[in-house]
Amino acid sequence: MTIPAATVDAVPLHRALGVTDGELEAIQVKLGRSPNDLELAMFSVMWSEHCSYKSSKPLLATLPTSGSDVVAGPGENAGVVRIGDGLAVAFKLESHNHPSAVEPYQGAATGVGGILRDIFTMGARPVAILDALKFGDPSQDRTRYLVRGVVRGVSGYGNCVGVPTVGGELVFHPSYAGNPLVNVMAVGVMEERHLTRAVAPGPGNLAVLFGSSTGRDGIGGASVLASATFGEASATKRPSVQVGDPFAEKLLIEASLELIERGLVEGLQDLGAAGITCAVSETADRAGTGIRVDLDAIPRRESDMEPFEVMISESQERMLAIVTAEQLPHVLEVCARWDLPAAVIGRVTDDGLITIVTGGLDASGAPAAGARELARIPAAALTSEAIIHQRVAAAPVRRRPTPVPDDAPDAIPDSSPGLPERGMDPGAVLQALLGHPDLCSRAWVTRQYDATVGADTVDGSEHGAAVIRVRGTTKGLVMATDAAERVGLLDPWLGAAFAVAECTLNVAVTGAHALGVTNCLNYGDPERPEAFWQLQEGVRGLGDACRALGLPITGGNVSLYNESAATAIAPTCQVGIVGLLEDIGRRVGPVPGGAGEMVALLGAATHGLAGSIYVDIAGPGPDDRLPTLDLAAHAALLRLLPAAAEQGLLRAAQDVSGGGLAVALAEMCLWSGVGADLTLGVGAEPASDLFGEGPSRVAVTLAPADWDALATLAAAAGVPLQALGETGGDSLRIRLVAQGVASTSDERGAGIADDLDTSLDVLRDAWDHGLPRALGDDAWRPEPHAREG
Amino acid sequence: MRVGVVVFPGSNCDRDALYAATLVGAESYPIWHESADLRGADLVILPGGFAYGDYLRAGALARFSPVMGAVREHAAKGGLLLGICNGFQVLAEAGLVPGALLRNSSLRFEHRWVRLAVERHDTPFTRAIPLGTQLRMPIAHGEGNYFLPEADLDALEASRGVVFRYTTPEGNPNGSARDIAGVLDARGTTCGLMPHPERAAERILGSDDGLLLLRSVVESVAASTERQPVAVHA
Repeated sequence: MTIPAATVDAVPLHRALGVTDGELEAIQVKLGRSPNDLELAMFSVMWSEHCSYKSSKPLLATLPTSGSDVVAGPGENAGVVRIGDGLAVAFKLESHNHPSAVEPYQGAATGVGGILRDIFTMGARPVAILDALKFGDPSQDRTRYLVRGVVRGVSGYGNCVGVPTVGGELVFHPSYAGNPLVNVMAVGVMEERHLTRAVAPGPGNLAVLFGSSTGRDGIGGASVLASATFGEASATKRPSVQVGDPFAEKLLIEASLELIERGLVEGLQDLGAAGITCAVSETADRAGTGIRVDLDAIPRRESDMEPFEVMISESQERMLAIVTAEQLPHVLEVCARWDLPAAVIGRVTDDGLITIVTGGLDASGAPAAGARELARIPAAALTSEAIIHQRVAAAPVRRRPTPVPDDAPDAIPDSSPGLPERGMDPGAVLQALLGHPDLCSRAWVTRQYDATVGADTVDGSEHGAAVIRVRGTTKGLVMATDAAERVGLLDPWLGAAFAVAECTLNVAVTGAHALGVTNCLNYGDPERPEAFWQLQEGVRGLGDACRALGLPITGGNVSLYNESAATAIAPTCQVGIVGLLEDIGRRVGPVPGGAGEMVALLGAATHGLAGSIYVDIAGPGPDDRLPTLDLAAHAALLRLLPAAAEQGLLRAAQDVSGGGLAVALAEMCLWSGVGADLTLGVGAEPASDLFGEGPSRVAVTLAPADWDALATLAAAAGVPLQALGETGGDSLRIRLVAQGVASTSDERGAGIADDLDTSLDVLRDAWDHGLPRALGDDAWRPEPHAREG
Repeated sequence: MRVGVVVFPGSNCDRDALYAATLVGAESYPIWHESADLRGADLVILPGGFAYGDYLRAGALARFSPVMGAVREHAAKGGLLLGICNGFQVLAEAGLVPGALLRNSSLRFEHRWVRLAVERHDTPFTRAIPLGTQLRMPIAHGEGNYFLPEADLDALEASRGVVFRYTTPEGNPNGSARDIAGVLDARGTTCGLMPHPERAAERILGSDDGLLLLRSVVESVAASTERQPVAVHA
């Protein structure tokens, strides 16, 4: 891509670069003159939605961000939270949606690379990756192509760079067909004293660019790809996708951490969206300085690159270090040892300006004789004082699809043969749910991910939250990422709040306390009032839930314009949480120990099937409504679980989420290889009791001797506790007894009221093969099941 | 015991191997790929990873690195040499163990826990493993499908060069000929295996079976030191 000068007659340059007429006027006001072409290109990437958050900034300002242990919050490359013993954890979630839609392998791979750089730039060694992937209908060829490419991209990059991929989410929903989501979370561990900021302090200091050379890949990725809606011609945007080199990234990690640990750098920034322009302007603006860039000193892959291409290229695996003259030789030595090209590309100045010079700088850092200045922009104008748009929000007239009235079975879509009907026997429904591509075994994906490199993975099995031990301590880190897209589609406020609730519970069931929240806000075109309303509601839900649960939001990312010609995505507030286990030996896993354990349910169901996977497969019913979320009750449950773990009262714990209580119980049985004999009181809508996805519930097993202690603890915490039965046998049996209705037989024919009794072999077959079946991979074989030791 | 772990650019299990060696009381240290000094290592480990990025073929470039001359010399003198995963691929490329590692039969990267049958208990790498013990450890590789022509396989079996085999219930994860997971060189002092003993070195990680392999080396080094006292390594 070149600046389309030839098209100037047809389209003004600023519009070709994605800058509106109004934004051009604002740029002219900032500069007191018209920008030249290079300056305009720099503004176009920095004022893109992706870099400037120009639509979301006013909303994000409402989020709670403070906490006593927060060391670095939003605005830094990643959030950092203290975990004691002088240690801290850095974590962040980020999207790479549009690049992955255009070029799935490289899009996903560079998504992993980008978020890892955010972590080690802070001084933390990356210890875990989680990926949240959302696609359209898995039976479509296009979806299958995207799934294969994205999974291989995550695997190819993460495995090579040597950071374990230990968890995540995989969701299929028609709204993602034209615009898949690839959100990647990375977690790192550091000594707090090594915390490094992305700043350019000290006029006279040197700006050193190290890592890969600068090429023509990813030109305009931030503006062209990330900040516009997809059209039919998205394949032509392939040159805007960056190309990843995990081997270079591995060298970059080791060199960067060595530079930080030896105290050789004053500031460090990775190069991502908007490349060098972003790195120099952000570091300078944060430090209240400027940077004079020696354009000719930037190592390039091609000799004939235009200045604007060099300045906005998104070539991967590059870092910018701010270095004193005394430390420069040491910095260059470290880079040379790791085979990383490094060059001094500029000087920190005190004028607050980003100046681009060709013709070289002299020894004092001033432009050399005969040098020319190509651009001169206040750093703040590109970053902290970038334009902000007050978008218009409007609630849609109809907030949920209207269910077909009267007869529920009529609502079953004809196009879905073989799906269970409402009122069908619950064993068949459970089987279908366990085989649903959103709920079944993720082994088809996770077997391609190295989950144990690093030798710190305690649980990377896909069974609940991932657990990483902190070497040299008794501590463990528990991490999860969740969203509630089906709920978000009906109520974006509730969808975001649900995501926080589910993610906190995923972490708490292990006995961990959540440290903080990161998020990725994936929404549609903010210039469309309905889509902006969804974003506004999502941010409100995220903030409300985090405030109620006392959790700081330490960072995140906003991805807008997630729309294709056909449809906008379901509003997706992806939440990522890291929790701390002080004593990893007290960790509670999701797998019961064997037969003879009591099975119980903590928390009370809030009824409602809307937004559930049950409705996805059985069709909507006339009375479907959304479950509610009681944040105070949820907070009580979050307090209870670590206390119960601390006292050693729980053998296993699994949160109730997709597919409801029946799926949570079935998973525990499948993973332990031991069945269960249970009795469940059901109300007027047994399907809701079994398969409803109301929040704030945890299925647990415990030694019978510990029942009284758990009951006392639960009563003191105000959390309902209900005994369900015990583990044993080789099938899952759930006897349904009437509770609040005359008899369950009244419900026969209208709802599910038959007892559930299905052998684990049948359930396992559904669970094991769900994903390869959905993706049409007949050759795939599950591993033989052996109890894990 | 002194354990030197070679660090190629792109090695990513070097830190894990360095740490695991300390769990059996060994003194472990990294050996930079440009160094030819093994610093008196009793055991040299070529760790897992993607040496030099493995963009050509796994292990194809690493065998030409400066350190490999010293490693070859160490092995020729009967020094103990262990290649894990990518390290096994490097050993095979360098001709220090027989065979080649092809792409997995699934044509995918495979990560999972496997079980290994121990074919010999009289080697420096297995002497501390109780008879009948199966080892549980993870594999994580895209190219671990062990290959030799049939006649050479027969010869390898006859010379008792197969030391670890994938076994049930998980079985063979990558299509390796005759379920071979690890082999020895003719001298019996160089061992290459695809699974990761260093990742199965603590109960909290799911298994500590990998320590049996490292303990075997400790015993073996101690025994040889008893028989023929040598100068203490500085």
